[in-house]
Amino acid sequence: MTCCVIVDYGSGNLHSAEKSFQRMAADRPFTEIRVTGDPEAVIRADMIVLPGVGAFAACRQALADRKGLVEALFEAARDRAVPFFGICVGMQMMATVGTERGATCAGLDWIPGEVIPLATNDVTLRLPHMGWNAFDSCATEHPVFAGVAPGDHAYFVHSYHLRPRDPSHVLAQATHGETFAAAVGFDNIVGTQFHPEKSQATGLRIIGNFLGWRP
Amino acid sequence: MLKTRIIPCLDVADGRVVKGVNFVSLVDAGDPVESARAYDDAGADEICFLDIAATRENRGTMEDIVRRTAEQCFVPVTAGGGVRSPDDMQALLMAGADKVSINSAAVANPAIISDCADRFGRQCVVVAIDAKSTGNGHWVISTHGGSRMTDIDAVAFAKLVESKGAGEILLTSMDRDGTRDGYDLTLTRTIVDAVRLPVIASGGVGTLSHLVDGVIHGGASAVLAASIFHFGDHSIGEAKAFMADHGIAVRQ
Repeated sequence: MTCCVIVDYGSGNLHSAEKSFQRMAADRPFTEIRVTGDPEAVIRADMIVLPGVGAFAACRQALADRKGLVEALFEAARDRAVPFFGICVGMQMMATVGTERGATCAGLDWIPGEVIPLATNDVTLRLPHMGWNAFDSCATEHPVFAGVAPGDHAYFVHSYHLRPRDPSHVLAQATHGETFAAAVGFDNIVGTQFHPEKSQATGLRIIGNFLGWRP
Repeated sequence: MLKTRIIPCLDVADGRVVKGVNFVSLVDAGDPVESARAYDDAGADEICFLDIAATRENRGTMEDIVRRTAEQCFVPVTAGGGVRSPDDMQALLMAGADKVSINSAAVANPAIISDCADRFGRQCVVVAIDAKSTGNGHWVISTHGGSRMTDIDAVAFAKLVESKGAGEILLTSMDRDGTRDGYDLTLTRTIVDAVRLPVIASGGVGTLSHLVDGVIHGGASAVLAASIFHFGDHSIGEAKAFMADHGIAVRQ
């Protein structure tokens, strides 16, 4: 049995994330989706999903407030290197530092880089960047993005983005005023700025690919 | 690039879709979840549920509708109607809504917008503005589903909600709502030019040209409509094809 833990630390998109992963796990015998905030379960997990919506600092604080949870994430995703999927702010928190409304907040520092505001000088471009945008580029050779192509659409809702210091950590790009990382990753880790759980067929494909990923 | 969204809106009262949705494929046209699923299959970019009865007793019903929709539809869902507090918003978010719209409560106490944005992020805070023309190039806002008028200027209120941390404005013309005469384009353009938030145009759509007008002339980031989709006049696919033919970038 493969146990994929969706980390519950009070993030708002938990229910949708759970249902989308369950939908794709139904095609995979012996894959169980478990929603929990228990650090022991995270340490033992075979795969981990870290959702997140809202403000970087609020999510980071909520994670830190769950005693032992950050340590459990480090042990499973870094020491044991199980497949890890960060969604939206769950992805952003992998950065070294988040900057929001002028204040900075330390991230997990798994992906060297910072979370910064989208720079849209064009006043006709609205913020938050909200809605369906197409990938300019996409790491089609990456197992999690198998069958996904530049031009495919995903659902985004954000005003900040993660800019990795190492360009090889960028797995997909999209543009809203500036070109930003729509997905990041290395080794056993992936993260998406968009919401796969809200991106209809493209999102479900990425979730299904992740569940079958054995990096 | 970011695409213009088409959002079918389902008005719900006592757990049922008001007026019903006229799709041949639907077994129960009054079931909000089944209707949402049909729109998801048809390629809607988002789905909006508004509880027009919005009594306290209905709150649990709306959460249940959202929860069951999120189990089946992997598309963004906005829910609203009767949301009075951050706790009300949290319940809908935890049920699976991506965004929650607030209307009367935001007018009564605009601080609720920042309370919600601080707790859940501004991306999920939609402020629904129901605007009515005063006849001299100005609009005032109404609350409680249009039943109570205020003397609050709609443009000033739009700027206020942006400063308080709203993530989006759902702008309904109370003069056009239900008329099928098209959006109030002057209103839409005026609000769009006053804020940097995405603005959803709402109220009055009767033809596909009205959707195009809302984007080209109104400047809306998204177009919301109810009856032209519910009554089967046009499908979401037809609307997108029509908009694409008129030079609007849509997700097809």
